[in-house]
Amino acid sequence: MTVSVEVQSLSKLIPQKTLLRDVNFGVEESEVFVIIGPNGAGKTTLIRLLDLLDKPSKGRIKFANTEIKDYSPENLVKWRRKFGMVFQRTVLFNAKVYDNVAYGLKIRGTDDETIEKKVKTVLKLVRLSGFEQRHVHTLSGGEAQRVALAQALVIEPELLLLDEPTANLDPANAMLIEEVILNIARERKATVIMTTHNMFQAKRLADKVALLLDGELIETDTPEIFFNQPKDPRTLAFIEGKIFF
Amino acid sequence: MTMYVFLESLFNALRLFFLVNPDVLDITLLTLRVSGTAVLLGSIAGIPTGAYLGLREWRGKKTTIRIVNLILRSIINTFMGLPPVVVGLVVFLLLRYEGPLGFLGLVFTPTAMIITQLILVIPITIGVTISAVGGVDKAIREKALSLGATNREAAFAVLKEAKIGLLTAVIVAFGAAISEVGGIMIAGGNIWLKTSTLTTEIVDAVQVGEYELALTLGVILLAIAFAINIILTILQIREAKH
Amino acid sequence: MRRLSKTQLVIVLLVFVFVTVAIVGEYFLSRSRRLVLSTTTSTWDSGLLGYLLPIYEQRYDVKVDVLHVGTGQALQIAQGGDADLVLVHSKELELNFTSQGYGVHRIGVMYNDFIIIGPPSDLAGIRGLTNATEAFRRIKTAGDLGNVIFVSRADKSGTNLLELKIWSLLGLTPKNTTYSWYWEAKTGMGNVLRICNEKLGYALTDRATWLSFKNELPNLKVLVQNDSVLFNPYSVILVNPDRYPHRNHQDAVKFVKFLISVEGQTLIQDFKKEGETLFYPLARDVPKAVELGFENQQEELVWYDSHT
Repeated sequence: MTVSVEVQSLSKLIPQKTLLRDVNFGVEESEVFVIIGPNGAGKTTLIRLLDLLDKPSKGRIKFANTEIKDYSPENLVKWRRKFGMVFQRTVLFNAKVYDNVAYGLKIRGTDDETIEKKVKTVLKLVRLSGFEQRHVHTLSGGEAQRVALAQALVIEPELLLLDEPTANLDPANAMLIEEVILNIARERKATVIMTTHNMFQAKRLADKVALLLDGELIETDTPEIFFNQPKDPRTLAFIEGKIFF
Repeated sequence: MTMYVFLESLFNALRLFFLVNPDVLDITLLTLRVSGTAVLLGSIAGIPTGAYLGLREWRGKKTTIRIVNLILRSIINTFMGLPPVVVGLVVFLLLRYEGPLGFLGLVFTPTAMIITQLILVIPITIGVTISAVGGVDKAIREKALSLGATNREAAFAVLKEAKIGLLTAVIVAFGAAISEVGGIMIAGGNIWLKTSTLTTEIVDAVQVGEYELALTLGVILLAIAFAINIILTILQIREAKH
Repeated sequence: MRRLSKTQLVIVLLVFVFVTVAIVGEYFLSRSRRLVLSTTTSTWDSGLLGYLLPIYEQRYDVKVDVLHVGTGQALQIAQGGDADLVLVHSKELELNFTSQGYGVHRIGVMYNDFIIIGPPSDLAGIRGLTNATEAFRRIKTAGDLGNVIFVSRADKSGTNLLELKIWSLLGLTPKNTTYSWYWEAKTGMGNVLRICNEKLGYALTDRATWLSFKNELPNLKVLVQNDSVLFNPYSVILVNPDRYPHRNHQDAVKFVKFLISVEGQTLIQDFKKEGETLFYPLARDVPKAVELGFENQQEELVWYDSHT
């Protein structure tokens, strides 16, 4: 229950701007792949392309060795139903926590009893047990982001896409979310691709780290090599905090 | 104090006219039937159309689509301000015996009034729905898509977020329908106890100098609008409170 | 497919009930026998029809739908095939209507009279005249001096047409663009009276509307009455059954028979407001009817009376 991801010569252009240029990387099954880079490097663009929300200008995306050529709504839904996605900015439906978490299951036609069980389990996982009947407007920022994570997890994704999931959170909430991500990767063997601008987070979570600068993928390595013996001088500069973001 | 005066005249109005004058009850029921049906049908037609157009505006990235959207929007905005008498006249001319739809035999019937109000109400429900959909966070649609929703399911998720706006569409439409007089007078003919509503009877009562009757009918009209708005507003507040 | 939620069910049910009620209601309405009478505002607003119709409706089990509009529109509606008969008061338009084959069997039913009202100060000096034309001449003279105003309905109603006829006897076709003292209100009689009360103007009005409004018009008085030109005969005309075969000819004839019967005429005479008779019976007073422009009154009386 997991997919590999391969990206070849991926580019995304908008009028008068190149957001991504010739990006290549591969993510194996059950791997945690962390893309690190300053703000504006193109991290969100990349994650959105992977969730098939945008269409690449050039290049290929392969999931489980199958290239996505068909961007028809039906095909997109088919693939997205294997994915879970957490956006950088927390967005929730104007409803109770339960309905928010259950949404993904409901549209998949899951029966009410199973939904109830799964929602309960996932809420426990993100430490929000008993929050079912709370309206999302009453939640703190950290709690809301945990609900967003629960929404993505409840459908038991084969691929989990996370766009700076802890960017705006306090350390305690950030740590909690990191724990959950590790848990999903290890216990459920889901493939995880996440972006962050926090090097320490990358170190803690990643099986592989990639640096994205100005829409280009500079270097991809295991954390040990990436942080200790970077091959590219720009990586070293980034690690040493000489690139501002 | 104002509230007290209002309630007192309201009480008087109800006592006098539902007990003493049963015709007023008939007129009130007809008013509700005509405006209620028009708003109901108008919402059934207008809200989905408005939702479609509103969601269409979101995806408008190409210039051509944007221009089409702009034109559509302008047309709807224009129709939102249609003069009721003109609509009534056109409906009358269509439905009269010698008109193109005369064979239906609908001229001077409540149905003719419903058609008139429907034409007035549909652009309103469309327009307000477009605004309501436009007010929803654009990220909601992608959120739903990312959770595996089809385009249609994502559209429903957006509409659900716009619930208060859709309710507003109904309130605004009902307010416009029940207070309308010029259009239904022409298309309905203002036939006593057949096509006479509270508003047309107010005009008649003023015409013959029965200001007190006119005012009482006005109070009933106001009370209905008030009651329906209270119900809808409670729903709105309940939605917004969460 | 998802199941319907409770709210959705309620909405669907409501729609269903509403539409059903509307359709069923319309069906029953269209099934009952109905007669459509197109008439002027005066017959309705005075309360005369509200007093006569229930008697007729009960006796013959026919509902009468009354379209009360201006004379011009009343005839237009009938001409368009949307009424069974008309009850109006404008000889010229009526004769036009019958001569073009839209209507048949025009008969005089009753008459009321017009009066000229104005402020008691009466700067035009018309009080007590029994000659409406002379009164209008004096109003024009005073108007030209800037002393008075005259308010016209300017809505092509019977009242308005009579007013224009009197002006034409003086060789005038006044408009608000030609005379500053001539106001074209383009509204109903009641509104014109209200304007006159506020602006101390003169106006030609039917007596019925005047009586209805009198109590609210403290600044106005009756100044001129009893000129034969001010008598206002009402006639009924059936729409031509050959031309409009879809109309309810039978009940229309019955209705006219009722109006011109001795009983109907007595009922008209007995209808009073503030103790005053508003409409005088005319149908069976043949010489008077002829004088007021119904040359065929005798023949039509015979036709209706013999019709079964």
